Amino acid sequence: MSGDGLLVAVESPVHRIPAQVKLVALFIFVLAVVSTPAAVFWAFGGYAVMLLAALVTAKLPAPVVSRRLAVETPFLVFALLLPFVATGPQVSVFGLQLSQSGVLGAWNVLAKGTLGVIAAILLSATTAPRELLAGLERLRLPATLVAILSFMVRYLSVVSDDLHRMRVARESRGYLGGRAGQLKAVAGGVGVLFVRSFERGERIHLAMQSRAYTGRMPQLSTHGASQSQWLVGLAIPLAAILIAIAARVVGL
Amino acid sequence: MGVHVPDGFFNAPTSVATGLIAAGAVGFSLQRANRELRETGPALAGLTAAFVFAVQMVNFPVGAGTSGHLLGGALAAALVGPWTAVLVMSTVLLVQGLLFADGGLTALGTNITLMGLVTVLVGYFLTRALLKVMPRRVGSVVPAATVGALVSVPVAALAFTGLYSIGGAVDIPLAKLATAMVGWHILVGIGEAVITATVLSAVVATRPDLVYAARHLQQDLVLVDADGNSSTVSPDRPIGAQPAGRSLGVGIAVTLVVAGGLSLFASAHPDGLEFVGGKLGFDGAAKDSAVAGSPLADYGVHGIGNTQVSGALAGIIGVLVTIVVGLAIAKLASLRASKAS
Amino acid sequence: MFAYPDGRQALFGVDFTVERGERVALLGPNGAGKTTLVLHLNGILGSVAGGTGSGRVQIGGTGLHREHLGEIRRKVGLVFQDPDDQLFMPTVRDDVAFGPANLGLRASELDDRVHEALVQVGMQDHADLAPHHLSFGQRRRVAVATVLAMRPEVLVLDEPSSNLDPAARRELADILAGLDVTLLMITHDLPYALQLCERSLLMNGGRIVADGKTRDLLADADLMSANRLELPYAFNPLSVPGPEH
Ligand SMILES: Nc1ncnc2c1ncn2[C@@H]1O[C@H](COP(=O)(O)OP(=O)(O)OP(=O)(O)O)[C@@H](O)[C@H]1O
Ligand SMILES: [Mg+2]
Repeated sequence: MSGDGLLVAVESPVHRIPAQVKLVALFIFVLAVVSTPAAVFWAFGGYAVMLLAALVTAKLPAPVVSRRLAVETPFLVFALLLPFVATGPQVSVFGLQLSQSGVLGAWNVLAKGTLGVIAAILLSATTAPRELLAGLERLRLPATLVAILSFMVRYLSVVSDDLHRMRVARESRGYLGGRAGQLKAVAGGVGVLFVRSFERGERIHLAMQSRAYTGRMPQLSTHGASQSQWLVGLAIPLAAILIAIAARVVGL
Repeated sequence: MGVHVPDGFFNAPTSVATGLIAAGAVGFSLQRANRELRETGPALAGLTAAFVFAVQMVNFPVGAGTSGHLLGGALAAALVGPWTAVLVMSTVLLVQGLLFADGGLTALGTNITLMGLVTVLVGYFLTRALLKVMPRRVGSVVPAATVGALVSVPVAALAFTGLYSIGGAVDIPLAKLATAMVGWHILVGIGEAVITATVLSAVVATRPDLVYAARHLQQDLVLVDADGNSSTVSPDRPIGAQPAGRSLGVGIAVTLVVAGGLSLFASAHPDGLEFVGGKLGFDGAAKDSAVAGSPLADYGVHGIGNTQVSGALAGIIGVLVTIVVGLAIAKLASLRASKAS
Repeated sequence: MFAYPDGRQALFGVDFTVERGERVALLGPNGAGKTTLVLHLNGILGSVAGGTGSGRVQIGGTGLHREHLGEIRRKVGLVFQDPDDQLFMPTVRDDVAFGPANLGLRASELDDRVHEALVQVGMQDHADLAPHHLSFGQRRRVAVATVLAMRPEVLVLDEPSSNLDPAARRELADILAGLDVTLLMITHDLPYALQLCERSLLMNGGRIVADGKTRDLLADADLMSANRLELPYAFNPLSVPGPEH
């Protein structure tokens, strides 16, 4: 797995918005989506249109977005089961007995989950990991947590590569074996991987100490976002809040 | 689980509540882990997080053509201690959510509570509790943490069901949901247990000093100087280790409180009642999952009048059964290991 | 004397002195304790750091004690064996700035220091890249820069030429030869030791077994084979120029 997350490195107005603005914007947007009653369909249409506009502005290729949507699959299955298992009044669709509330619930999970994932993709595809860390630091995430995060992000690819190399080594030595044997071999490899990762962690700490580390990581972020950047970045989430309020007040 | 809860799966109040729980837990862990993090550095926690992240991508077969993957909470707790482990798991979830769009941002609190808090605490305290009644050597941590890992997964599944009963979008028969979740996750838990056991054996074999949960069981070091004289030195003392003497009770209690409390929630939901009355919403065989035939299928103790108590009892019994099964597996594993050597 | 926390003792009594400005190679087979030894030089391992073991280290007249740890670490720059251990910040620039920032440098002073160190190793054009986007040799060079940015008096390198292609290896030698510091270099690359260091220490089994002119050590066939050291095919240490030329 790459240490860059889902980043699509192109130039776009969305890429240029500071990370802290995007983080806040994402959070507000998703909050608005989540608190919208499921039955107010037009509201979700509104959210989708705004997201789509943002995706286009960010110049994100469609395959990147659709591939990532796959992470939703398990909940998709769950959602599709809901009409069958939920209680309450039933409706008949193409000869199937479905629960009314189940159908609405499935729609609820699907619509909100999908909008949430797309919004999250928008953030991760337009923000480099370092910027994201700097943004979290700006938003006053505790320094220790930012430090742990930054080490994790930095060494994600190193550790994944270690794991990959070990698997290749095992398989190229013709390791076969049943299901249980394979599980055991994988787990044994994982044990070695932990020792390696942990020892690397120790060596990094030594390397930090030998460069005068005394317990405080240097700040990553240098400057804040300007007022206009906040305004631009928060335009969509503010509109989303309006829609959410309207959906609650006006209803259908 | 093993999959991350997306946005909108639970209602807003539930998400806010679990968000607060998660924030509180992370804050508390930051404070408790502060000393050891100062000593070992944030790099170690970051690398452990990268490790957990990488390992979560290794799938193992569960059965019926599906696969599960390691959650790693109990394993991380045994390796780096519960407070650092909470931070590690939270970091993993944060990175998955922000860098890989996996797990909703408003569901982050829920995901941290389930996968970062419940699995870590249940796994760790059960491990420590079992270590008290096992032979005093580092190797004992392997079977102890195996049971911890095995139990931690279904308990987290139970916690998920509990949350669903509070903030799920749709009413579904909760007892059935609990049965399916716990039954399924006992299978996932077995995979979790096997991986945890093998990982810990490998670590105990090469660097026993790295296993946090067993640091108090380490032997003294012998040093030899240039002239061949030897002296004994005690290894670095564990930082923030539990003072000895706290009983087995702590671990079991944590587990049972979580399990029982959440089942209580689960059955407090009006729809949970229907189940005990035998009027289930399920009607087609197609929806009957593989777990329906499992020993836990009838999740709810019949013959007990108060349905809420009955549901809670069922949760506790489920966990106890898991512990017994786990102990049996651990016993079997250590028997085979001693035969092999 | 020193033992790792798992109980393995790695050093069994080691004693040596390096003069100011001297360039010394530290040779020895795998597992000899070379890395362990140099980690003692700025108090990362050993009793100062709260570990097991005993002994004394003195750098430029300052004894290595807990209260001087900061000063010693500023004077002794350590370049680790694996550049991935050394480059832990999100970008090259952040990483080179890490040390000087810990020393209290800020703003333009810090930027200048970072730029200067990157120019020294020829990596100024890669300042904003993430370390995992660099080649191995580039990472090694940045690792050297991270230490140079601290302006150390003593530069300690753990196998600097390993895994470098021939051109990168030579470029690094040029960089090292141009520095005005005391140099202690662990290496398995014996011609490299001969090229850069007049004197060598030979370690085995946690002890120093030989100390002398690099050329003399390399020419001593018995000493070499007793310590698992081998020269490259057809390499004659007596017929190549060393740093004294
Ligand atoms: N972190 C550690 N914990 C326990 N033992 C260690 C650790 N690091 C090194 N050792 C042991 O200490 C001894 C000396 O290791 P050291 O790394 O100093 O060797 P080296 O001379 O640098 O070898 P190489 O040429 O392979 O780098 C070895 O036996 C090694 O196994
Ligand atoms: Mg070495």
